[in-house]
Amino acid sequence: MSDEPVVRLRGVTKTYGPVTALGDVDLDLLPGEVHCLAGENGAGKSTLIKVLTGAVARDRGDYSVAGVPLGPRPSPVETRDAGIGVVYQELSLLPDLSVLDNLTMGRFPRRLFGIVDRAAQRRTALDHLDRVGLADLDLDQPVRALPTATRQLVEIARVLGTRAKLVIFDEPTTALSEREAAALLDRVAALRDAGHTVLYVTHRLEEMFEVGDRVTVLRDGRLVATRPIGEYDHDSLIQAMVGRPVQNLYPGERHEIGPPRLEVRDLRIPGFAAPVELTVHRGEIVGLAGLLGAGRSEIVRAVFGADPVDGGQVRVDGTPIPAGSPRAAARHGIALLTEDRKESGLLLELSIEANVSIASLGRVASGPVLRGARERRHVRQAVEGLRLKYGSFDDPVTSLSGGNQQKVLLARWLGTGAKVLLLDEPTKGVDVGAKADIYQAIAEMARNGIAVLVVSSYLPELLGLCDRIVVVRERRVVGELPAAEATEEGILRLTSPASSAADLSAPAAPMSPTTSPAPLES
Amino acid sequence: MTTHDREVTEPAAGPESPTETEAGTSTAGTSAAGEGAAGKGTAAEPEVLGLGSLLGRGFGGLPVLVLLVLGLSLATDTFLTGTNLDNLGRQVSIYAIIAIGQLLVILTAGIDLSVGSVVGLSGVIAAKAVFDTAGSGSVLLAVLLALLAGAAIGLVNGILVAILKMPPFIVTLGTLGMARGLTLLYTDGRTIQPLPSSFTSIAGGEFLGIANLIWLTVLIALLVGFGLRRTIWGRYIYAVGSNPESARLTGVPVRAVLLSVYALAGTLAALGGILLASRLGNGVPTAGTGYELQAIAACVIGGASLFGARGSALGALVGALIVGLLNNGGTLLGIDPFWLQVAIGALILVAVGVDQLQGRRRVRRGA
Repeated sequence: MSDEPVVRLRGVTKTYGPVTALGDVDLDLLPGEVHCLAGENGAGKSTLIKVLTGAVARDRGDYSVAGVPLGPRPSPVETRDAGIGVVYQELSLLPDLSVLDNLTMGRFPRRLFGIVDRAAQRRTALDHLDRVGLADLDLDQPVRALPTATRQLVEIARVLGTRAKLVIFDEPTTALSEREAAALLDRVAALRDAGHTVLYVTHRLEEMFEVGDRVTVLRDGRLVATRPIGEYDHDSLIQAMVGRPVQNLYPGERHEIGPPRLEVRDLRIPGFAAPVELTVHRGEIVGLAGLLGAGRSEIVRAVFGADPVDGGQVRVDGTPIPAGSPRAAARHGIALLTEDRKESGLLLELSIEANVSIASLGRVASGPVLRGARERRHVRQAVEGLRLKYGSFDDPVTSLSGGNQQKVLLARWLGTGAKVLLLDEPTKGVDVGAKADIYQAIAEMARNGIAVLVVSSYLPELLGLCDRIVVVRERRVVGELPAAEATEEGILRLTSPASSAADLSAPAAPMSPTTSPAPLES
Repeated sequence: MTTHDREVTEPAAGPESPTETEAGTSTAGTSAAGEGAAGKGTAAEPEVLGLGSLLGRGFGGLPVLVLLVLGLSLATDTFLTGTNLDNLGRQVSIYAIIAIGQLLVILTAGIDLSVGSVVGLSGVIAAKAVFDTAGSGSVLLAVLLALLAGAAIGLVNGILVAILKMPPFIVTLGTLGMARGLTLLYTDGRTIQPLPSSFTSIAGGEFLGIANLIWLTVLIALLVGFGLRRTIWGRYIYAVGSNPESARLTGVPVRAVLLSVYALAGTLAALGGILLASRLGNGVPTAGTGYELQAIAACVIGGASLFGARGSALGALVGALIVGLLNNGGTLLGIDPFWLQVAIGALILVAVGVDQLQGRRRVRRGA
């Protein structure tokens, strides 16, 4: 291996209006290294990737691949041909087409008159799959039928098939279970050992330490440092990313816990082995731990009435809530933040203000008529203390970063005077700084007497945030632990199938095939 | 919401965007504090119902309208005459009323193809009612009956879309055929005429020298505009159009919103049909054919997005005016009406194209 960098950036700058997304960034990606890119949301990681792939044109600076300079506005096709491949966070495969077609899309081997040479196509595809250890995959099945992790491997195979010199991974493990993520990291290491250069972007610091050789830290569009990963530890890396020491991510102090606020009694959720019983007290934060597919999200959705149930009761401060109606739940003071902000949370076409006020329009209106000033005041109060980074309340909510969008959703429910807050993966895809803000906000709400139920796949989060942890396994509640006594190992033992004594009762309910073997993410 | 406001503000992802909002609390009581807390010195929020809030976002039709008026005024002697403007106003009014109903549906990311047929049906229902009672009966009753018919068809659309979750395109394609067929059955395919002056004076009459039709259209545009921008119901419509699942999980009564929107679109189409019958002095069973496409065109030219949540009542009105002006101006300038059709079609493409470009720029800004 020569020391000639595979990719060299010098003084690369990209601005959007007055905002400098990337300022004067130098980067050398060496052959055979896994180079991590660290930074908070909005630090410029996405922009850097887009510059590398040609998705956006840089304003200034030089960009060369294997010593060959690229023009000022390279197209995505040019960068691909130069050897830049990307495995995207949201997979770019076409779900309804077969594995075969996906692998050879855009590069169909052709015979005379443009007819696709099927035999050559199959050979090429198998060759690509072999490199990611999937040689026995059925080429003709649609990509939709594959589990997420396998899809990702197909995507990697596709990228390798373009003879990429640099493979960029953009948050590849977000949608994966821990076991799948570990397998992916092995695959990344194998790519490096085979001489590929990898640029690895993730929010999960542990992954950087596990697989990275060097790390480049970006903050506010500027390069902070590029160093061997060994020169950082967990805390110093966070500090470099955030620019200030983060003493404690989690709000330490506990608060007083009052009488029961949310009572779930005999709730029969379709597909569950046993009815769910659950109590959350005033001021208490209860965590729901469990594997992917264990039924955590189903519980919070059923409590909120988002999905129909077969029976049972949900009470808030002793008042029964009509089942199956999110509107009734919201009126009685229950709030739900879903796992997927974009699919079932945000109103993407609307402004920040409209997104916050939508759940409490009755409070900012006289009869049916909205009062602009009252609405503005309401929104300003609702976002108070969340450290929301925004330009104007009239800006579209899409102008915010992921963490700030999540804060908007929190503010939406804070403004309703909610009594019970159901949070499903509240910090998914949220950077470190915003995470701390969100934890503070949750703790503050609990202090104000709100009963909080949190679903999270990230155990340190549950341990740091919660007073009590309820464990769900195979669609039933199997136990609970006071957070003070709980350890990650203790929870894992309860969440994993067929491992504890409590497990002797009733046969396990069937789980969906794509998620069943998935161990807990942490 | 001023343009200045939107230009200076930037995605908060940006590095230097000042952030802390705590500072704003003490001044929260005064609306003039505005976004001082955000440190951008944006304009104070007006308390009153401003033009900007009526126009809403994504509004691009107004400059085109102004250009057309200017151009036609300079190019012809006949455009800026009372007679022509009155004539233009009467023509455009009926389209505009239907377009405003269509807009409500489009805002929820739906579409109502049945409005043209509802125009026909309600027209003949009203016409037959006044014709049969030959002036002795109540015109008001005939009008109410026709409005009810339109509301009923709208409600059927709404029920199929909101409760049975059928695609709006298919639902309203079905009711388009049914309503037109019922119209022909009801009249045996014959035109109903003559109609008494008590009925024709609805559209023919004027108040303070301006045609009733124009007053009515302006009133409806203002009412719907106010409803959309300034009421809970209006906000719910945008929310449903943006993402029905998000809206549902926020406690928005999605079904009720959809029902209200389709019923209102049907009612406004029926009003259009009544006015058309009144204006023509007869009930023609084929009246209103193709009006649904005119209405959709007006909405799109006026800045509405067929994906929902973008568009305004005034936009739809302006869109209808632009189409009307093109037709009117074309006639005045002696342009081949066939070419006018080409021009209007091209205008739709331009309107949507410009919108796409702006959308793309917005996305990039947010990147």
